[in-house]
Amino acid sequence: MADAPVVRLEKVEKWFGRTSALQGVDLTVQPGEFLVFLGRNGAGKSTLLRVVARLVRPNSGRVEVCGIDVLRYPEAGREKLGFVAHSSYLYRNLTAFENLQFFARLYGLKEPEDRIHKVLRWAGLEKNALRPIHGFSRGMQQRLSIARATLHDPEILLLDEPFSGLDLEASELLGEWLESFVANGKTVLMATHDLEQGLQGARRWAFVDQGKIAEELPGTDADIRDQYKKFLKEKRRDVF
Amino acid sequence: MNRNLLAWATCATMLLSLYAIFMYAPTELTMGAVQRIFYFHFASHWVNFLAIFCVFIYSVRFLIKRDRELDIKASSAAEVGLLFATIGLLTGMFWAKPVWGIWWTWDPRLTSFFVLWLIYWGYLMLRRLVESPEQRARLSAVFGVLGAVDVPIIYVSNRVWRTQHPQPVIGGGEGSGLDPRMGWVVALSFLAFTLLYFYLWKMRQDLERAQETVESLTRQSQFKGFA
Amino acid sequence: MTFFKQAGAIFWKDVLTEFRTKDAVTSMLLFGLLVILMFHFAFEPDSMETARFGPGLLWMTFLFAGLLGMNRAFAGERENDGLQGLKLAPISSGAIYLGKMIANLCFMLLVEAVILFCFAFFFNFNLLPRLGWMCGITLLGTLGFASIGTILAAVSMNTRMSDVMLPILLLPIALPVVIGAVESTAAIFTDPPGEALGFWVKFLVAFNIIFITLPLMMFEYVLEE
Repeated sequence: MADAPVVRLEKVEKWFGRTSALQGVDLTVQPGEFLVFLGRNGAGKSTLLRVVARLVRPNSGRVEVCGIDVLRYPEAGREKLGFVAHSSYLYRNLTAFENLQFFARLYGLKEPEDRIHKVLRWAGLEKNALRPIHGFSRGMQQRLSIARATLHDPEILLLDEPFSGLDLEASELLGEWLESFVANGKTVLMATHDLEQGLQGARRWAFVDQGKIAEELPGTDADIRDQYKKFLKEKRRDVF
Repeated sequence: MNRNLLAWATCATMLLSLYAIFMYAPTELTMGAVQRIFYFHFASHWVNFLAIFCVFIYSVRFLIKRDRELDIKASSAAEVGLLFATIGLLTGMFWAKPVWGIWWTWDPRLTSFFVLWLIYWGYLMLRRLVESPEQRARLSAVFGVLGAVDVPIIYVSNRVWRTQHPQPVIGGGEGSGLDPRMGWVVALSFLAFTLLYFYLWKMRQDLERAQETVESLTRQSQFKGFA
Repeated sequence: MTFFKQAGAIFWKDVLTEFRTKDAVTSMLLFGLLVILMFHFAFEPDSMETARFGPGLLWMTFLFAGLLGMNRAFAGERENDGLQGLKLAPISSGAIYLGKMIANLCFMLLVEAVILFCFAFFFNFNLLPRLGWMCGITLLGTLGFASIGTILAAVSMNTRMSDVMLPILLLPIALPVVIGAVESTAAIFTDPPGEALGFWVKFLVAFNIIFITLPLMMFEYVLEE
């Protein structure tokens, strides 16, 4: 049974002044996939995710999310996406609870209190719910950021280098959680520059270089390791 | 319009206009020869408003269509507008000093000129300080719209303010008792300055487009791995 | 309705964040008081002069304090890229503008109320007989300032020298507000109230309508990337 693709990019190009960030990207993602974009810094992975999230408007090409042409209807379907970036998008002087309350209001959630308590419990932050978040560690902030991104129960979760700065334990926790997210039929798109911990759930890999998807491979993270190393060696031309 | 044709037309009308201003126009009774500056001043005043109107129209159209061409037109208009605003201010000052003995008066026309001059500067500074070209175009278009819409409001507020705080009037009243010959010279200088504006505007746009082409070529060569 | 609810959420968040630290409001207030001090030494107005220059000095103080506070609206979003979080949400840019604008307005009004009191106190200026009018005009003038200030603060935030850009962009455009506010304030203190008052109040209302509508329409262009 072929479902409609949940994300579709066609010949997407984006440049910032003289720098080309994306040069004709084509991508189709089916619901329930866990796809990881691998590539070195500056390859275009973040820009790719931000185009899907509609934070960045491409210069040309077509972007469809859940069947909606997002360039023609930029407001539609935003509640279907959750985005976890390096910045937490949270407010340091508000408590964890207040931060989530704010986002619950923005997304117009029906029973916000229940939902907030649920995600706080998942994130293991219930005890710290009433503390202003400027006292939180990096791991706690990241957990709260994911709580924020999943508060409205999105269909698609986008993550941009979510493991950076997390310790081993936190990384494993995040990995397990991503696996369960996918097990519930949601889609995960993630960008990272290295094969870190926590990627055990991923089954599809795209190597990104110079604004294009150079290679796409299925498999587990163990399978991909050597392929990725080879890919990086080949592309080592102008690094120094 | 063909640039060369425009250049010739501008040159011709300018020369004619200069002749008219210095030879044909009668010498004004009270102010003497200095009054001839009035033609330059008044004409730049008009071009000033023409320029900000162009900035407005092309900024609005840019926000709707997002065509880089429209941004080029808007920003070039602002640059040329700044030039004419400066001319307007300077001619105003050079007229005021010998006639009234003061360099400046807060006459509503002159003041509005000054504020518009500041708005042009703000617009151009904004463009300088934004890194990304798309953002630069968008943000300056937004400011351009706000600034342009404000210009008549600024003028009105200045006029009414003046009724409460009388100031020496530099404009000499709205065409009060103008010799018919002077009327012709005004019309001619308006035409000459308008053509000059369009010529300079076109030149500035062409310069900007050339720069665009260079950028696009740089981008393409990056893609091919040369840069 | 959702539009106003969302604007309300933004407003509440801004107010709550400010309330925790009170940084912006205190610095605006202190700055305002310092300006009053400077004005005293720069002009040393006697009672006649205070009556004549009072409205101008008052609005200059409001203006400077307001400029300081205007940056607050978006500076606070910069730390954890909060603006990106807002852009992701299914919320219209207009709602973000409105929420922040009303928050800015409230902070400015709060500071202005205190400055007004201090002004009356330091310069022996009797405000009481015209307090109602004074409040109305302060509201109109501040609204005009906050309406363009909020969108221009968002614009300046994208530039390399954002603190300097804001006054450069804001002050020429806000000139009519300053003229209108000062003239109205001066008019209410003449006895009987000057006839110009009617004109200036209508002028300020018209200005506010135009310069709330335009930013509401254009704010999405400022937020885009």
